[in-house]
Amino acid sequence: MATIANQLRKMTPFETLLLIGLLLLAAFMSLPIVFIVNHAFKPFHELFLFPPTFLAKEPTLTNFYDLFLRPGATIVPFSRYLYNSVLVAALAMAAVILSSCMAAYVLSKLKFGPKRIVMAAIMLALMYAAETVAIPRYLIIGWLHLNNTYFGHVLPVVASPVAVFLIKQFIDQIPNELLEAAKIDGASEFRVFARIIVPLAMPAIATISIITFQGVWGDTSASTLFMQDETMKTLPYYMTTLTSGAANTVAGQGMAAAAGLLLFLPNLIIFLLAQRRIMETMVHSGVK
Amino acid sequence: MMLSLLRRMWGERVAYAFMAPFLLCFAAFILLPVFMAILMSFTSYDAFRSPHLIGFKNYAALLTQDTIFMKYALPNTIKFAFFVGPIGYLLTFFLAWLIYQLPKSVRDIVTLAMYAPSMAGGVALVVVWQAAFSGDYVGYLNSFLMRMDWIQTPVLWLQDPKFLLNVMILVTIWMSFGVGFLAMLAGFDTVNRELYEAGRIDGIANRLQEVFYITVPSMKPQMLFSAVMAIVGTLKAGAISVQLTGLPITKQYAGHLMLNHIDDYAFIRFELGYASMLSVVLLLFSYAAMRLSYRLFGPKEGD
Repeated sequence: MATIANQLRKMTPFETLLLIGLLLLAAFMSLPIVFIVNHAFKPFHELFLFPPTFLAKEPTLTNFYDLFLRPGATIVPFSRYLYNSVLVAALAMAAVILSSCMAAYVLSKLKFGPKRIVMAAIMLALMYAAETVAIPRYLIIGWLHLNNTYFGHVLPVVASPVAVFLIKQFIDQIPNELLEAAKIDGASEFRVFARIIVPLAMPAIATISIITFQGVWGDTSASTLFMQDETMKTLPYYMTTLTSGAANTVAGQGMAAAAGLLLFLPNLIIFLLAQRRIMETMVHSGVK
Repeated sequence: MMLSLLRRMWGERVAYAFMAPFLLCFAAFILLPVFMAILMSFTSYDAFRSPHLIGFKNYAALLTQDTIFMKYALPNTIKFAFFVGPIGYLLTFFLAWLIYQLPKSVRDIVTLAMYAPSMAGGVALVVVWQAAFSGDYVGYLNSFLMRMDWIQTPVLWLQDPKFLLNVMILVTIWMSFGVGFLAMLAGFDTVNRELYEAGRIDGIANRLQEVFYITVPSMKPQMLFSAVMAIVGTLKAGAISVQLTGLPITKQYAGHLMLNHIDDYAFIRFELGYASMLSVVLLLFSYAAMRLSYRLFGPKEGD
């Protein structure tokens, strides 16, 4: 705290003004977050007050209670969606981390014939948005018989060009001498990978975990396109059934806010835990 | 020749094994879909009968017969992409730069506040936007504007075709301070401090000149990365109209973007060939945007 006070005292008038302006802007930008936290805890009669209020006056857990225990628009219990979401996110993160680290290690440090063309493909695929080619993806999932399986959720996200790119940029910083020394001591490629590369690339791994988690945790496309069985769909999909025009938005609003908060909180917690590491990784994010 | 190639591949077998999981998924879920979309764009296919080739007819139909595309989807997409893409990108840079001027200790807090909406993502915040832009006077924006006496009757922000696209743009920009924003913030740290000293000696007078002549050129790689992220973000944001209004096709096509047009033909009309052609066109647009970003920030010959 003392250092903050010191830094604040040393500020020029321009910086003081800037700080105040940015803090105001930051407060404004985080209005949706403040709103969703408060909305989730509002009792029913506060949700539609006029004039509308931001802060919950008598916070209650009713919305969460409804979300978990009241059968809603579907016969599948809420906990099933939550379970699916957690499982899919965990599997996807593990798979993305492992496959991306291995690929990045090869692209950064090993001899690999088609390296240049693979690298070019990855750089091009950085701009790839799965949403644009939903039809072929739908057909491919069908051919591979991945409909209504957890593989259908996980496999399409395993190929993450951004993840490979970020880790590769990070591994590029690890000096080759270190790896050669380990190899002279008799370490196999696998050992070098597990004992040197992975520990040193931890900041990048933390970063791509978060990016992957955010993508999967909020994704509705796999549930909508590949999962016909209601029991295989995930939390964000359930959330859209609460807020879509066809549903009763009046009764659903409190529940939807509670679900929204549940969708947001894990992101926030993980980000706070890893903020420093993310910024460390982003230093190397440049496309050269 | 063949043998030596095989021998070399055997020598690199560990590398191939390490690459395999990523490459297989990359091939199956990125390369193949794009390739198939290109092939299917030359066919007529309704998902029941097998597809048959019709050459460039889909492309011709797009240019000559698709009035909804020409009247709504294309202009809407151009407007949306322009504001969310380049304008949003400039805004991101400007904000990141302002935040970087702050003392280190407060920087993290402001960064978090800016980043939080993008972290929550579209689905989680739908309930917020619906309440904020609700068309009755319990809606937050309406209630605020009426209390300020700026409007007399509540405005149907999400139903009135005049406003929907603008609301979509606003909301998307609100949620656009994501990975690219973090990359820019980190990029400022990579700029060599001595350059600023040198610049001052060479006659750089103010911070604005500093930004143009020193900061941006020094962090081009991060600028490029976040430009690419901005393109992806803009592409992905196409579903926002569906989330806001709860309708697959917005009223009077007010918020109809390319992505909605694709979904319309793919999942409502089942004209998969035509929808694939639209996908290809959208991919070409984003490829052009990426080429432009490389032209602006990419490595030059001799760099």
